[in-house]
Amino acid sequence: MSISGFLSQLLAIVMALFLAPLLMGWVNQWRCWLQNRSGPGVLQPYRMLHKLFHKESVVAEHASSLFRMAPYIVFGCMVLACAIIPTLSTDLPLSPAADAIALVGLFAVARVFISLAAMDIGTAFGTLGARREMLIGFLAEPALLSVLFTASLISNSTALTSIVEYLAHKEFAIYPSLAFAGIAFTMVSFAENARVPVDNPATHLELTMIHEALILEYSGRHLALIEWASALKLFAYSCMGLALFFPWGIAEAEAPLALIFAIPALVFKLAIGGFLLALIETLSAKMRIFRVPEFLASAFLLAVIGMLVHFLLGA
Amino acid sequence: MQIADFTFEPERLATPVPIWRATCPVSDWQEVAHAVAASGGRLVSLWGSDRRVRKAGGYVISAAYATAEGLLCLELRLGQQGESYPDISASFPYANRMQRTIADLLGLVAEAMEDRRPWLNHGAWPADYFPLRHEVTGKEAFPACELQDYPFVRVEGDGVHEIAVGPVHAGIIEPGHFRFSVVGEKVLRLEERLGYKHKGIDKRFEEMPAKDGYRLAGRVSGDSTVAFSWAYCMALESICNTRTPARARWLRALLLERERVANHLGDLGALANDAAFTFGLTQFMRLKEDWLRLNQHLFGHRLLMDVVIPGGVAVDLENTGISELLTQCQGIAKEVKNLRAIYENHAGLQDRFIATGRVTKELATTLGLNGFAGRASGIPVDLRADFGMAPYGGHDFKKAVHRNGDVAARVTVRFDEIAESLRLIRLFATELAPGEIVVPLEAVAETKLGAGWIEGWRGEVFVALESDGEKIQRCHCHDPSWQNWPVLEHAVIGNIVPDFPLINKSFNLSYAGPDL
Repeated sequence: MSISGFLSQLLAIVMALFLAPLLMGWVNQWRCWLQNRSGPGVLQPYRMLHKLFHKESVVAEHASSLFRMAPYIVFGCMVLACAIIPTLSTDLPLSPAADAIALVGLFAVARVFISLAAMDIGTAFGTLGARREMLIGFLAEPALLSVLFTASLISNSTALTSIVEYLAHKEFAIYPSLAFAGIAFTMVSFAENARVPVDNPATHLELTMIHEALILEYSGRHLALIEWASALKLFAYSCMGLALFFPWGIAEAEAPLALIFAIPALVFKLAIGGFLLALIETLSAKMRIFRVPEFLASAFLLAVIGMLVHFLLGA
Repeated sequence: MQIADFTFEPERLATPVPIWRATCPVSDWQEVAHAVAASGGRLVSLWGSDRRVRKAGGYVISAAYATAEGLLCLELRLGQQGESYPDISASFPYANRMQRTIADLLGLVAEAMEDRRPWLNHGAWPADYFPLRHEVTGKEAFPACELQDYPFVRVEGDGVHEIAVGPVHAGIIEPGHFRFSVVGEKVLRLEERLGYKHKGIDKRFEEMPAKDGYRLAGRVSGDSTVAFSWAYCMALESICNTRTPARARWLRALLLERERVANHLGDLGALANDAAFTFGLTQFMRLKEDWLRLNQHLFGHRLLMDVVIPGGVAVDLENTGISELLTQCQGIAKEVKNLRAIYENHAGLQDRFIATGRVTKELATTLGLNGFAGRASGIPVDLRADFGMAPYGGHDFKKAVHRNGDVAARVTVRFDEIAESLRLIRLFATELAPGEIVVPLEAVAETKLGAGWIEGWRGEVFVALESDGEKIQRCHCHDPSWQNWPVLEHAVIGNIVPDFPLINKSFNLSYAGPDL
């Protein structure tokens, strides 16, 4: 491992940790503006985390150690996910540890643990949320895998760094297969990150919740970790989307100095992505829960079409 | 007045809407109920009173029936030792909870009624203590007792499980418990348990002078304060045989319509929010806030509490106020029209609204669904138009009626009612008659029964008052939610769990109103 590799890896993790809440705040701020509200400011998620870390953590009486462990496992999974997705540089020593398929598995591990923790308490809402989360998960994962396979087919590798290097190096060309994959990826991202139209992160209606129902019983530092993990997940998905479909500006192993330009490039791309996310959320209503399978099946179909297009057109 | 073969010689109360009062023998009680139901009438309210201290008095059960001719308040005199009375829940299923309430508050039991579970008594007071009997003060303290298990009706079967929701909810709303029996996401049965907001308002009335009761009535359910205080004032004025001045009547109607618009604006926003279309909420909240601020500015209270007083109204409207009112109505009408177009063209929102929480006309009739929710299910009842009460009569009043009975229909009816209310407000404001806004009440010699019956924004608000003009012997306030809560239980059957908040919000029933 080179020094520059170590540095860029460290930078990627630290930046993910600190930029993720800001991205969340940015999206929420735009949601407010688009609804003609003034909004709490982009720094609100930091204030929230600060508050939660200073609060007492109340744990249900019959909670097992699984319930206490889950926030740390989920948080750990999301940090690792952010570490292996090339955000600033493709020179990531941790990247060979996990390829695109393992990345999907990493998200699945987090999902399984948070769902188990929700069921551990034994409330109706926890189980309800876990059931819905699994429904979404088992439909979203194949779609996400298919998206990643399409990109892998183009670059002949399942390692994210190699995919990004390959895509960034090729001269500018439109890949029809990636266009299909991009739409599928956007749809999956909405489902996976509990955004409107699949879930509503701002709801107080316990019967309609998906993600929120899972974490109803958490408080204090546990809740802070889970909220932070959600922000990291959104960040990871955004960066994955940017890396696959808009890979320009990411520094490579041979050019460590490009990191200096990589940071503003990433922030710029995230800012636009966050705005578009808020725009779509504002314009949509939440769909009926039984429309979600149709929605995710369409995502899967589009991803598969992407792959077929690659075989047919070779692009 | 005649109902089937029963002829009453009722006494007409001095109210602007036709209300009669009569007594009914025990032998006829069930038959009359059956005849009313058969002729398309409705049970508006059922309540009990303790008149044992009065001359030739005893326990009394009263029922208010709405017929085509008006409202008939029937009294069933039970005597000093009365303990039970005939059950009318076979004719009116929604009498069930009212009869259980009478059992909790007065110890009078409906014979042969199978459902004997307490309704308001959650174990806070002993089973042999009856707060509305005259020998108790209502201030007795009891040691905290253990939580009592309420026997919900169980649904058995493969894969059926229960979801218990409330009384403490994730959002800041009123307390109520909902027990869902579900298979997967599908609701097989919902059972409500209410009464968490019981605070003894009926008993509190008995300590108040009659002239002040309107303030308490106006706080029975804060979102219907104009309807309740008007109904109370109508009851007191009918006892005192006082006719309010024309200007006061016009102003009261104007206030009632302002209350209706405020609530519909708030709920239309909340409905979109429940479907995660937050844009709708913020827009409607803005309009509602403007609306409430003008209330504060013109009438001194955002929710219009204590503006309707016995004999008239407390605040007059100046000419400058009228022009502010007219300008606002015009502005809001335009904005609501735009928002309506957005709602109607939003595929995602309509997909959530249409066919959700359907209440058929047959079901609505059987269960006595009233108010705008009833009109959305094709029951064209609206007290404002039905009896030509001034100032509604002669204004070519258009009832908002829909046939579908789903959430979308209730949204449509709410939009229609806003438009109609804005038109009425403008009419009332421009044709305000000059003159007094309040007249003193006339003195009365003896205790009499008075009644008030008003179409509030949610439905029929009814107040029965026994008073001699000075003191209140008994005051019973009836919120339309009594009838509509059980309908909600039926409206969700076969829907999916995440659609319940939307269905619930489309009715937006009161917890405080029926819990009293």
